[in-house]
Amino acid sequence: MFSFCTEPDALGAFQWFACYFTTGVHLNLYWSLGTVLILLAITAPVSLAFGFLGAMASRSRILPLSLLGKTYTSMVRGVPDIVFFLFFVIALDQALEWTKHQIVCPDWTEPIRQGANFLVCPEAKIPLGASPQVVHEIYGFFVAVFTFSIVFGAFAANVLYGAMRAVPRAQMETAEAYGMTPRQSFWRILVPQMWIYALPGLSNLWMILIKATPLLFILGIEDIVYWARELGSSKSARFFDYPHGDWRLWYFLGLLVFYLAFTRVSEIALDRITKRLSHGQNFAGGGA
Amino acid sequence: MKKLLLTAAAAAVAASAALAGSHSVVRMGTEGAYPPYNFINDSGEVDGFEREVGDELCARAELTCEWVTNDWDSIIPNLTSGNYDTIIAGMSITDERDEVIDFTQDYYPATASRYMAMSEGVDLEGGVIAAQSNTIQSAYIAETGAVLLEFATPDETIAAVLNGEADAVFADADFLLPKAEESGDLMLVGEPVPLGGGVGMGIRETDGELKAKFDAAITSMKEDGTLNELLIKWFGDDQPTY
Repeated sequence: MFSFCTEPDALGAFQWFACYFTTGVHLNLYWSLGTVLILLAITAPVSLAFGFLGAMASRSRILPLSLLGKTYTSMVRGVPDIVFFLFFVIALDQALEWTKHQIVCPDWTEPIRQGANFLVCPEAKIPLGASPQVVHEIYGFFVAVFTFSIVFGAFAANVLYGAMRAVPRAQMETAEAYGMTPRQSFWRILVPQMWIYALPGLSNLWMILIKATPLLFILGIEDIVYWARELGSSKSARFFDYPHGDWRLWYFLGLLVFYLAFTRVSEIALDRITKRLSHGQNFAGGGA
Repeated sequence: MKKLLLTAAAAAVAASAALAGSHSVVRMGTEGAYPPYNFINDSGEVDGFEREVGDELCARAELTCEWVTNDWDSIIPNLTSGNYDTIIAGMSITDERDEVIDFTQDYYPATASRYMAMSEGVDLEGGVIAAQSNTIQSAYIAETGAVLLEFATPDETIAAVLNGEADAVFADADFLLPKAEESGDLMLVGEPVPLGGGVGMGIRETDGELKAKFDAAITSMKEDGTLNELLIKWFGDDQPTY
């Protein structure tokens, strides 16, 4: 990175660390920070959308729809995250490949399941074996985002469902008295007012989502936990320019600081949003 | 989200039309945490003995290869489910593994595994011995009277000895040797234990064609001595060669 990095052994401590922290592997670590932030940036709105749909479905007067919504929230919430992550990602991947296999290779005669192997025709692999590694990584990332969104969407659905019920009944009756259709009163009266009731639950979820991002590691995505472990492990002078002992403690300490700082910033931001939303509301915690 | 997935799928379909043929790119799966066999170097690339051997094999077999890393514990399941096409990760050829996947001939001769501890005279028969899970070493320790302590990565097995959790670590001699040389505290103890049938590349059982290509390339590397040169370059002058 820097011009003086050519002979790491001869450097002073400061320059050594300057060079050490800018090696190619460390750049990978910094990139993975971006991965985590992108994951959060996509997952939060998508799971909110899933949650909204789930809550709407649960409230529906059409029985199958409300059953669907309730099954989604209670099933996904009831399964441990790790189990869901391991099962769902594999199942989703195989389902996609199986579907593509049926379309792309209708003439394939060999069985797809051969013992432990799940073998679709090479043209049906997602992504294709021949595609560059970047495509594989992006695909894996989006499967992870989708899985996160489903899990957190179920929790969000429950929060929003409760928030919708918390809006005072008198508000809805007034809307009906003004002659609004159920649809109109839902969108014009219920939805704008429910956010303040949903916010404590949603902010809780956001915090849990931040803390849950290391689950990416389980899905084989090289996130900050992976790189912290990889970089912190002892490096011998025979193979590495910057040898050091077991520094995992320091790297994990860095992770701790990162997550604490991130959740703290979120707390401050969420407090501000709560203040703004509760402006003029007549209940405890509001401006009354 | 769904739209994104669909777009990605559509892009994949479009790409597949251009690249017909089964193995236009061979994906080489490795662990990346087991120097000198394979590790991630300072610039973030896969490096080590197996990187050089693998690149040379691909050149000889006229294949385009791409390197990917995967956790050791799930390295076989991810091969069988097709996430990559070969395992080249210091994996010893054993009967149990051979039931699930196929191996090429060995590109690294059968060598000894060693114990490494903080002091001489550690109880290797009845003490606590650390080993990486799903390895021939952990299987061996489970058979002895010692208490087996398993870890997911090789580095953790050594850390366990250093912090006193385990009395000794049992692993490939070539992995332990540089660690023992560098550390003032660690030393190789006990007698070498010959284990395994050499290291080969793992390939899906249905992939006979690819296996034949790599077998031929390994034979040619053995015949002209390039494999021996690489063995000595990475493992030192005492390394048994072909």
